[in-house]
Amino acid sequence: MVGILEDKDRIFTNLYGLDDWRLEGARRRGVWNGTADMLSVSPEWVCDQVKESGLRGRGGAGFATGLKWTFMPKQESERPHYLVVNADESEPGTCKDREIMRGDPHRLIEGCLVASYAVRARDCFIYIRGEYVLERERLEEAIVEATKARLIGPKNINGWPCNIRLTHGGGAYICGDEMALLESLEGKKGQPRLKPPFPAGSGVYGCPTTVNNVESIAVVPEILRRGAAWFTTFGRPKNTGTKLMSASGHINRPCVVEETMSIPMRQLVEEHFGGVRGGWGNLKAVIPGGSSVRLLPADEAEVALMDFDDLASRKSGLGTAAMIVMDKSCDVVAAIARLSYFYKHESCGQCTPCREGTGWMWRIMERMVTGEAEPREIDMLLDVASQVEGHTICGLGDAAAWPIQGLFMHFRPEIEERIARYRSRKANVPGASLIAAG
Amino acid sequence: MPTAKVNGTDIEFENGMTVLQVAELAGEEIPRFCYHERLSIAGNCRMCLVEVKPGPPKPQASCALPAADGQEIITNSPMVEKARKGVMEFLLINHPLDCPICDQGGECDLQDQAMGYGRDSSRYQENKRAVEERNMGPLIKTIMTRCIQCTRCVRFITEIAGRSEIGLVSRGEEVEITTYLDQAVTSELSANIIDLCPVGALTSRPYAFNARPWELTKTESVDVMDAIGSAIRVDARGPAVLRVLPRTNDEINEEWISDKTRFACDGLGRQRLDRPMVRRSGRLQPVSWPEALAAVAEKLKATAADRIGVIAGDLQDAESMKATLDLFRNLGVESMDCRQDGSALGDGPRESWLFNSTIAGLEAADALLLIGANPRLEAAVLNARIRKMWLSGKSRIGLIGEAPELTYDYEQLGENIGAVLRLGDKASDFAAAFRAASRPAIVIGQGALARADGAAVLRTAATAAAEYGVVRDGWNGWNVLHTAAARVGGLDLGFVPKGRGRAAGELAATGGADVLFLLGADEIDLSASAAFVIYMGTHGDRGAHRADVILPGAAYTEKAGLYVNTEGRVQRGERAVWPKGEAKEDWAILRALSDYLGRRLPYDTLDELRARLFADHPTFGQIGYAPGSASAALDLGKLGDAGPWSDTPLATPIAQFHLTNPIARASKTMAECAALAAGVKLAAE
Repeated sequence: MVGILEDKDRIFTNLYGLDDWRLEGARRRGVWNGTADMLSVSPEWVCDQVKESGLRGRGGAGFATGLKWTFMPKQESERPHYLVVNADESEPGTCKDREIMRGDPHRLIEGCLVASYAVRARDCFIYIRGEYVLERERLEEAIVEATKARLIGPKNINGWPCNIRLTHGGGAYICGDEMALLESLEGKKGQPRLKPPFPAGSGVYGCPTTVNNVESIAVVPEILRRGAAWFTTFGRPKNTGTKLMSASGHINRPCVVEETMSIPMRQLVEEHFGGVRGGWGNLKAVIPGGSSVRLLPADEAEVALMDFDDLASRKSGLGTAAMIVMDKSCDVVAAIARLSYFYKHESCGQCTPCREGTGWMWRIMERMVTGEAEPREIDMLLDVASQVEGHTICGLGDAAAWPIQGLFMHFRPEIEERIARYRSRKANVPGASLIAAG
Repeated sequence: MPTAKVNGTDIEFENGMTVLQVAELAGEEIPRFCYHERLSIAGNCRMCLVEVKPGPPKPQASCALPAADGQEIITNSPMVEKARKGVMEFLLINHPLDCPICDQGGECDLQDQAMGYGRDSSRYQENKRAVEERNMGPLIKTIMTRCIQCTRCVRFITEIAGRSEIGLVSRGEEVEITTYLDQAVTSELSANIIDLCPVGALTSRPYAFNARPWELTKTESVDVMDAIGSAIRVDARGPAVLRVLPRTNDEINEEWISDKTRFACDGLGRQRLDRPMVRRSGRLQPVSWPEALAAVAEKLKATAADRIGVIAGDLQDAESMKATLDLFRNLGVESMDCRQDGSALGDGPRESWLFNSTIAGLEAADALLLIGANPRLEAAVLNARIRKMWLSGKSRIGLIGEAPELTYDYEQLGENIGAVLRLGDKASDFAAAFRAASRPAIVIGQGALARADGAAVLRTAATAAAEYGVVRDGWNGWNVLHTAAARVGGLDLGFVPKGRGRAAGELAATGGADVLFLLGADEIDLSASAAFVIYMGTHGDRGAHRADVILPGAAYTEKAGLYVNTEGRVQRGERAVWPKGEAKEDWAILRALSDYLGRRLPYDTLDELRARLFADHPTFGQIGYAPGSASAALDLGKLGDAGPWSDTPLATPIAQFHLTNPIARASKTMAECAALAAGVKLAAE
């Protein structure tokens, strides 16, 4: 056995698509088993179970899912409630939701029904990334199957009438932000709305709405089936449960696996992903969760645990738990500069710091890569990053600033050396300004 | 009331206020670009950041954050200071340093706030962004490189003007404000985005490179382009009026004005009558004032009083009409009319020709019936108010007449006034909603009243209004929408035919009068009349072309005068510049003429004339006051005359919004707009 999690405790049992993804196969794997019983108790019971399980949002921010559900109004009014599933998985390096929707779409649909019951929603929207064509087709097919089998829909056998609709995005990263997603879902331009009001007060079409990640929703039925206590046996307190983790980059076997929370990063990499290319000693840095967190150098990665709190204490974050692993052959400055370009390209342009700051940071980063930048520009870049961080409407500004901050936190001497080397070759060139002007 | 602490000082505020408003209440100035009181909150400029406790340990956008009881708001901490300086730096990195050639210079929010939060030099070494200009028509000049993407213009055009013609396209650094397919903006309120733009991205095209704000003399006055009487500020340099800007008046125009109000001012310098003239051998010859006045006096003395007619135009101030009335009544003239268009109003109590709900009061109406009115063309600012009422979602709007393109949904209930009698027969439930409404309002326009059957239409409409309870305790929803700034003042003065006097239409007909005295009347057709025409006015327009004697008067920016708007609100316009050439203020010309006629008017100054006016007509003394629902007692059943009406659809009298009066017709800018509106492509510039 590799890793910590035993096969009997896996929730996503068709992650690799080896089994049938359709309804029949899903039933064989236990999906849709006892769903009606779960919905026979009160919505509060569902919320309580999820709260007890300690499930934290799997989209990256790690907000307690059960707590989020309790923010919804306790009674339905003339304004209907909505559940929105965020399947706009566009984070660089991340493809965990894709595997769920590909191999286990019924698990997600069952989760949608249960979560809709918990928040008293009679309509559930799944907003799927536009580029996920196969996943969209599978999910559509699965919704048709479930409706035909009267598992969901207006008069279903599970006892909570709920329509599930699938809608797909136009390919903008920003629509993965819940507020921009709601705008896009309403047919508007995907620009994040201001908070407050929060979605639980005024979301889609101004009605109470809960927005959850695919994985958060998909694990809920299994938590209810096996009990919250079972879920809490994995991981550390406040970081419980199992989680889909993946790695890409300079590792021998990139893949998505389900593991317990708080598994040591090194163990995860070595046992599941075949180790770093050239051995653990060849590791340079890891970005633990997609791209929107600060990176960890090898010595920190050695001791880090894959959970929210441990990584946060290292000024990084779990994010989507999709590691980007870089070995010593990697130009980490160029890698972060490429991420800066990504954020510059995906900024919606609505608010000033992000619109102007992401492009500025990217341009300085490009000069850092070649070493053309002036030494004093390092502090200026960090200052610019701090002017973006925390000053924007949504989280994209933070996400753009963190990789850069992480880079300089751990690899500043390397960049200083690079600048010095560049300048030593061009003895009489005062620096970047002249070159830029030329 | 909840209390918050602003920089250590307790301040009470009302529920629903934002942190920004509370801080302003406490006297703290919060810098902002995107926030505007009358637009929806965007929260995108991030300039208004403040520190709020309890809350996350990062600065919050105060414009969008609801204030809460017990909140601590800090606007001057180092964190706030740093955040604002950071935002200002971001705004400036891609903003061109072209203030010396920018028309916004001196009245630019970005310039002003950069003084407080800007750095002395830029840290930005990259190339600045350049953005292509966008065509926004003949009124709005765009230099989009200066744009800071605050989206005020987008929100104004979408929310207030009700035309989704401007938008923010693309994303990230490449975001751009653009019009739909590069077409001109068609709203009648479009140029307000020039005022809203906090930088020099949208500036006034006709005013481009004309003046700096500190060179201008600013005079607060009242607009005469429509009957709303918007509050304006006239900016002049020397003898020339260079621009007209809105002033805030929540009762009337909030802070918007129509494009005509703003841009017709270049007409004040064109086609002007600047010296007296007398027609000799078929040609108008310049003469001196004594010659002209003597010629007029001679003609008037030689003509029997019942063969003399006086017609007042649409832009006249109350004083000149009062002086005209005094002079010609003294001569025994009875044929005097201020209704060039032949409107059926004038008999009956004052309330019968007023906009009784008041413009601001209309917002409270829960059902509105438009009869023969197109507010968009007749009073564009009022149209925005109706849209605001409609946006609140609590009111229904019905319309009788031709169906215009308005900026809100309405039900067309019929084309002629007969529809008002058959409201209940309709499949639509508008009649039921109108009857059930607690504040029903009717807006009846000149399209219904200024017709041959106007009196019958008026009676029918008023009877229906009575039936539906439009006038009730504490609410008077009988609203007449005028199109002429002078009209209500003229009706209040009784500038209508007395005794056997003839109305304007009859006077202009063949043989209607031997001598016609036109007081700025340019909208009446005199082609059939053989009368000797004395024209007193400002522009070489229709009246002057037909005139035998021209007495050059003063335009609305060149004299102090009282105007009564459609609500019955008396407002005082002020003189911004002197009359052109030898032209005089209208009342002074009449006073001089009275000497030549041997019937001297009993006032030597404007103040004496006003004292007389207030004594004879006390309503004129109540400056700034609109009676509103205080005038609830109105017997609607007696308005107009019973009689047959024709089946011709009720249609607005305004064929071309931009060309309704002599000033606008002389304006080059308005001509361009009119051509554009008519679909003609002008080779502009």
